[in-house]
Amino acid sequence: MSKTTCVAMILAGGQGSRLGALTKKIAKPAVPFGGKYRIIDFPLSNCANSGIDKVGVLTQYRPLELHNYLGTGDAWDLDKSDGGVFILPPYARDKGADWYKGTADAIYQNLNFIDMVDPEYVLVLSGDHIYTMDYAKMLAAHRANKADATIGVFEVPWDEAPRFGIMNTDEKDGRIVEFEEKPAKPKSNLASMGIYIFNRDFLDKYLREDATDDDSSHDFGKNIIPKMLNDKARMYSYAFEGYWKDVGTIESLWQANMDLLQDEPPFSFTSAWTIYSNNPSLPPHYLGKEAKVTCSMLNEGSMIMGEVDHSVLFSGVKIGKGAKVTNSVIMPFTVIEENAVIDHAIVAQNCVISAGAHVAGSEGAIAVVPEGETVTAEQTSMGQQVS
Amino acid sequence: MGNVMGIIRLDGANSMLKELCEHRPVAALPIAGRYRILDFAVSSLVNSGIGHVGVLVSKKARPVFDHLRSGKDWDLARHRDGLAYLPNDGENGNTSALAGLYQNIDFVMRSSAEYVFLVQADTVYNIDFRHILLFHQNTGADITMVYCKAREDLPGEAASMQVAENGKVTDIAKRMTSTKGSNDFMGIYLMRKDTLVKLVTSTFERGGNSMLVDGIIRHMDDFSIYGYEHKGFSTRINSTMAYFNANKAILNPDIWNELFMSEHPIHTKTKDAAPVQYKNTAKVTNSLIGNGCEIYGEVEDSILFRGVRVAEGVKIKDCIIMEQCQIEQYAMLRDVICDKNVVVSEDQWLKGAENYPLIIAKSTVI
Repeated sequence: MSKTTCVAMILAGGQGSRLGALTKKIAKPAVPFGGKYRIIDFPLSNCANSGIDKVGVLTQYRPLELHNYLGTGDAWDLDKSDGGVFILPPYARDKGADWYKGTADAIYQNLNFIDMVDPEYVLVLSGDHIYTMDYAKMLAAHRANKADATIGVFEVPWDEAPRFGIMNTDEKDGRIVEFEEKPAKPKSNLASMGIYIFNRDFLDKYLREDATDDDSSHDFGKNIIPKMLNDKARMYSYAFEGYWKDVGTIESLWQANMDLLQDEPPFSFTSAWTIYSNNPSLPPHYLGKEAKVTCSMLNEGSMIMGEVDHSVLFSGVKIGKGAKVTNSVIMPFTVIEENAVIDHAIVAQNCVISAGAHVAGSEGAIAVVPEGETVTAEQTSMGQQVS
Repeated sequence: MGNVMGIIRLDGANSMLKELCEHRPVAALPIAGRYRILDFAVSSLVNSGIGHVGVLVSKKARPVFDHLRSGKDWDLARHRDGLAYLPNDGENGNTSALAGLYQNIDFVMRSSAEYVFLVQADTVYNIDFRHILLFHQNTGADITMVYCKAREDLPGEAASMQVAENGKVTDIAKRMTSTKGSNDFMGIYLMRKDTLVKLVTSTFERGGNSMLVDGIIRHMDDFSIYGYEHKGFSTRINSTMAYFNANKAILNPDIWNELFMSEHPIHTKTKDAAPVQYKNTAKVTNSLIGNGCEIYGEVEDSILFRGVRVAEGVKIKDCIIMEQCQIEQYAMLRDVICDKNVVVSEDQWLKGAENYPLIIAKSTVI
């Protein structure tokens, strides 16, 4: 392999259990987002756009659909003869096999991959955030600071700070002086985005030490970062300005989709910073004679005969005559039959909402229809919970 | 169908397509909001299991190269067979498809295929070519020609076929108009490889210029020719009106479903456009909207290709708006075809006629 400056490692093994029914069959990074994409398209596209062309994707929970989706990496221009996407699931060794026990352990178990690529820096990303970011700028800051590690941080509202890992930094140069996991009384509102750049040798040493520590839970936020800080390593924050959203819960996933429908969307899909995705062979969508679509995003292969307002529809969705979809997310190839009513809901892939059925949630209690379900009008009238 | 290869012709009736084909062959004409016409031929071949496709490169081929590239989007970037470009050096100024075939006849001879589909990529359809091969083998024909019933009376180059009840073709006539219900040739031939080689060499070496006229019509008695009727949707793009009407025909949900939503999808060059954004003032009915569009205004009975921006107060009816056009505030368009990258500025009113759409050439700013 040619000399590599920086390799990216995307942690994509998480179950995302707080997404409940949506991640029963697929890993969280494979969850559809934004009418066309899957969550993992964002870090992968960021890598491609930042000029990082060697990307390890660490998978574990329900990896089939994710592996299938990643394929050769060509969707992100990452099908390179000297690099590209490397899928890294747990594997067996001569002394047996181990699952990835934590984020740090996952990287530790793939140090042989990092050795093969032989980079100067390792960029660790998580596969469950929606944002567009130029990692090259962060790497430049890391080098300018002569840092051992740089952590991406994001300003959160003060009242939300207790839910995050908070970095207390030196205001002059952004050097991190203290890290507090979910502090009750935060001293700063700079939250860790779970984006790390490490000098490769520096990271290598800490991961090997951590692996021998039986008391460690082998997690970057809980173990590795505090240990590095404790050792007075040169650790800097890199402040990110822009849209960043953790879509770890049903509510936040719904909200992030709705954010795309604002008059001024949080990021421009038409800018040069393309979000790449697998493109199925489907025609432009068709809006029928009685269709009414406002404040919404629609993808290819859909056929709309009814009414859609303030919603995000993925590819191949059918909305029957007289049906009404509002404030909702409808995932690929779901059929909403005539006169069905959907409001404040996430309807997953390949569902059928039968004629006249109602699926209605509310803000703070978004209704969820899991993949492949059929909701009948009878279920609705009996008031059964579908999620 | 490992023993079958496809050869794509890019030539077509450019003269009646006016400005639309000034810079491109018919095969590369954008259609249905996302595709180029040759996508239908290439995808049908590939979906029928044909993994060896040669493209006879003609004049103005840059959009074709740019579109097909390695053939990857059709699964034709292969170690074995796959996509091949067959250039014609235009020796003695002869740029006909027949001359191109003659010049590349060694490519055909070298192939391990037994049968060849020779396809003119100027027609919209989604066909399973395996049925045609079966028909060809059952009838024992030397040559099978595929036809469909013409959908309407329209001027435009057409070859109409007389077909007997048993499928035998008894007469073929080249005409300058097509009549509703006539058996119009769809530009698809199937024959054995050696038959094609013989037909091409003997026709070209005797001064012939047209495969159909000089090779087949003049030698009807030398071959047993059968006609295979394609009963699904099909329309040949041989005039501006045919192009306009074909696009509007696809607004029929049944035809949209037949062409695009079967188990055999029509593939095209992938682009990474975002989903369409409909704003609160948008009002869109009976239309096809390509990805990457941003819509504030009104659109009715129209086809919008990728990345079109329709500003507030705009009214578009019965139009075809190609990639990356911008229709600015309060502009009104009716019966208009905008080629790629056209800008219609504020308050402009453009109107063609139902039977004579106004064509705005590529990259025009109005």
